[in-house]
Amino acid sequence: MASASAFEYAPAPESRSVVDIAPSYGLFIDGEFTEAADGKVFKTVSPSTEEVLSEVAQAGAEDVDRAVKAARRAFEKWSALPGSERAKYLFRIARIIQERSRELAVLETLDNGKPIKETRDADLPLVAAHFFYYAGWADKLDHAGFGANPRPLGVAGQVIPWNFPLLMLAWKIAPALATGNTVVLKPAETTPLSALFFADICRQAGLPKGVVNILPGYGDAGAALVEHPDVNKVAFTGSTAVGKAIARQVAGTDKKVTLELGGKGANIVFDDAPIDQAVEGVVTGIFFNQGQVCCAGSRLLVQESIHDELLDSLKRRLSTLRLGDPLDKNTDIGAINSAEQLSRITSLVEQGEAEGAERWSPACELPSSGYWFAPTLFTNVTQAHTIARDEIFGPVLSVLTFRTPDEAVAKANNSQYGLSAGIWTEKGSRILAVASKLRAGVIWSNTFNKFDPTSPFGGYKESGFGREGGRHGLEAYLDV
Amino acid sequence: MSEKTDKTEQQRLSVFKTYKLYVGGKFPRSESGRVYEVTDSKGKWLANAPLSSRKDARDAVVAARKAFGGWSGATAYNRGQILYRVAEMLEGRRDQFVREVADAEGLSKSKAAAVVDAAIDRWVWYAGWTDKIAQVVGGGNPVAGPFFNLSTPEPTGVVTVLAPQESSFLGLVSVIAPVIATGNTVVVIASEKSPLPALSLGEVLATSDLPGGVVNVLSGKTAEIAAPLAAHQDVNAIDLAGADDVLAKELEIAAADNLKRVVRPQAVDYSRTPGIERLTAFLETKTVWHPTGALGASGSSY
Repeated sequence: MASASAFEYAPAPESRSVVDIAPSYGLFIDGEFTEAADGKVFKTVSPSTEEVLSEVAQAGAEDVDRAVKAARRAFEKWSALPGSERAKYLFRIARIIQERSRELAVLETLDNGKPIKETRDADLPLVAAHFFYYAGWADKLDHAGFGANPRPLGVAGQVIPWNFPLLMLAWKIAPALATGNTVVLKPAETTPLSALFFADICRQAGLPKGVVNILPGYGDAGAALVEHPDVNKVAFTGSTAVGKAIARQVAGTDKKVTLELGGKGANIVFDDAPIDQAVEGVVTGIFFNQGQVCCAGSRLLVQESIHDELLDSLKRRLSTLRLGDPLDKNTDIGAINSAEQLSRITSLVEQGEAEGAERWSPACELPSSGYWFAPTLFTNVTQAHTIARDEIFGPVLSVLTFRTPDEAVAKANNSQYGLSAGIWTEKGSRILAVASKLRAGVIWSNTFNKFDPTSPFGGYKESGFGREGGRHGLEAYLDV
Repeated sequence: MSEKTDKTEQQRLSVFKTYKLYVGGKFPRSESGRVYEVTDSKGKWLANAPLSSRKDARDAVVAARKAFGGWSGATAYNRGQILYRVAEMLEGRRDQFVREVADAEGLSKSKAAAVVDAAIDRWVWYAGWTDKIAQVVGGGNPVAGPFFNLSTPEPTGVVTVLAPQESSFLGLVSVIAPVIATGNTVVVIASEKSPLPALSLGEVLATSDLPGGVVNVLSGKTAEIAAPLAAHQDVNAIDLAGADDVLAKELEIAAADNLKRVVRPQAVDYSRTPGIERLTAFLETKTVWHPTGALGASGSSY
């Protein structure tokens, strides 16, 4: 039997020297780095050590206005370029990201806290692939199914979260530029650095100034961007609460909106599922990126007859997960992104215990500095429990049981959210029958957390609306 | 530059290139040992090009078939990156192709440059199609029953292409890129009169991460090479772009023997952005059915 202590791993840290972080960064407006109008700055820290990485200009309403004006000025020429020329800019960006992927992976791991294994093998390859994919659409919009010569919307205001900083940037910027829009993007306040490095990639690619503007800042800057009268399109990824606020803000305007919000994904394991594979899928489903994933499989629905067997396997597997230095190539679980997020997770977990669910974690030593939370699972969870209803956005799995497929579907759908779900069974017809009943935008069968630029992603119900990725992802940025 | 240097350059004797075939990732001469004289539009000698034999054609089919499994099995994303790499490599050798196209087609340098630029951009256009064509021509079908039903395009197989006779480079790129974008492999017969840009393209393909055998380039008498290829039982399709009407009919009859997919010659303005006809011409549609079943004994739905 494998246990963490049976195998001592030597440290295998990725070198920090591949990335050169400047002591300070400005806002990126109209092709230039500039200070905030009110001179405000904020610090960004490495969540695994609390070390200050850099000091970043903090955008305010005046800066938003400047950036939107720059994007508006750039729009006329950019949208008039032949699609084949826009395509070549995006292909350049994709290639430069590939070239600089090691540097960007280390940067992302430092600023976000997620394991280098993930930034290196998931985030960065997906970022490059996303630009590559949408580059190819820029001159093929006539074939995308939206009629001949579909037109861009104008200036897109985009607000992205901290869980996949560069990937979310790619999901927003690539389709926007391919379709001929210009962009003002606000990265999250805890993870501004990769977006600022992206500004440098735009420079290397020779992208015309003003086409991409990056405004690090807080929620107030995001709100100002959404509110700005000269923004034609709002794209937001983040919490459902903010998503609803945005939906209210844009009411009565012509702004087109896409929202990619929270989730409480059900991972349904039937009694005929290959247990080892299912355990792996459940583990990646909830512990990938410390569970800070909107489509995480945060509810495990296991058929009653295999509950004990599956839980034994799952606990055994969790005991082998390695938590620690995100830059170590062996690390499975990195740091929680911020103190604020850590306290949210902690309080929800405490609530879970208080409401009577049974908490379990493997023996797991947490580093003394930084923001950490041990992989956690709850058994004896009912549908009424807060931890079965609310999005925790952390490495916390709630285990529920079911007896019949009907019951599994009913429980899976018993959520305000509808972003993702997983189905584990050897029976193809059951996969398809269950999938057709689930009210969720992405269904993974016998796998979980798979992403591809060609595949549309997005939610039902309060997980938001609109799709990102694939041919469908173009619609959000076209006047159709 | 000083006058002296100019003089030295003028006196230097240039090194000629031996133009060779491109088959299976290698650069063989014709097994026949024959060559033919290639001249520019004014009749000035340019090079001796290989005069491919029937055996060369058959060897090329073997190479193309061997490459098919790997190439069609590669992800669409991977194929797209490789096609884009071809554009990158071509951009770096732009001057060479401008010279060769100018010589081959009797164009001014600026017109030849426009042709080469369009050819580079054409690779970029098709690089973007590799992972999109399935989304445009495939999809789920709402059959009237409890079945999942999905149609996806798949490559036809080994495709023989008679490259356009007049547009020796842009035309060539415009007919081979769509064939390989979707995962087919190709045996292409270069423009008979102007084969040199095609033979040089082999050198670009060889350094673009394109697996050997995916594109095989033959030069020689189009009619002579095309006949065995049109009749070849291991060729799945044929593009007759470079055939005249008489030859085209003859080849189409031969192609019927194993029901090759045939694209007939037609007037094409290769300077224009193509549609998707040449992509779909060499695609099969595969439709998969699977029962969706019902939930448990009750079969209740939500």
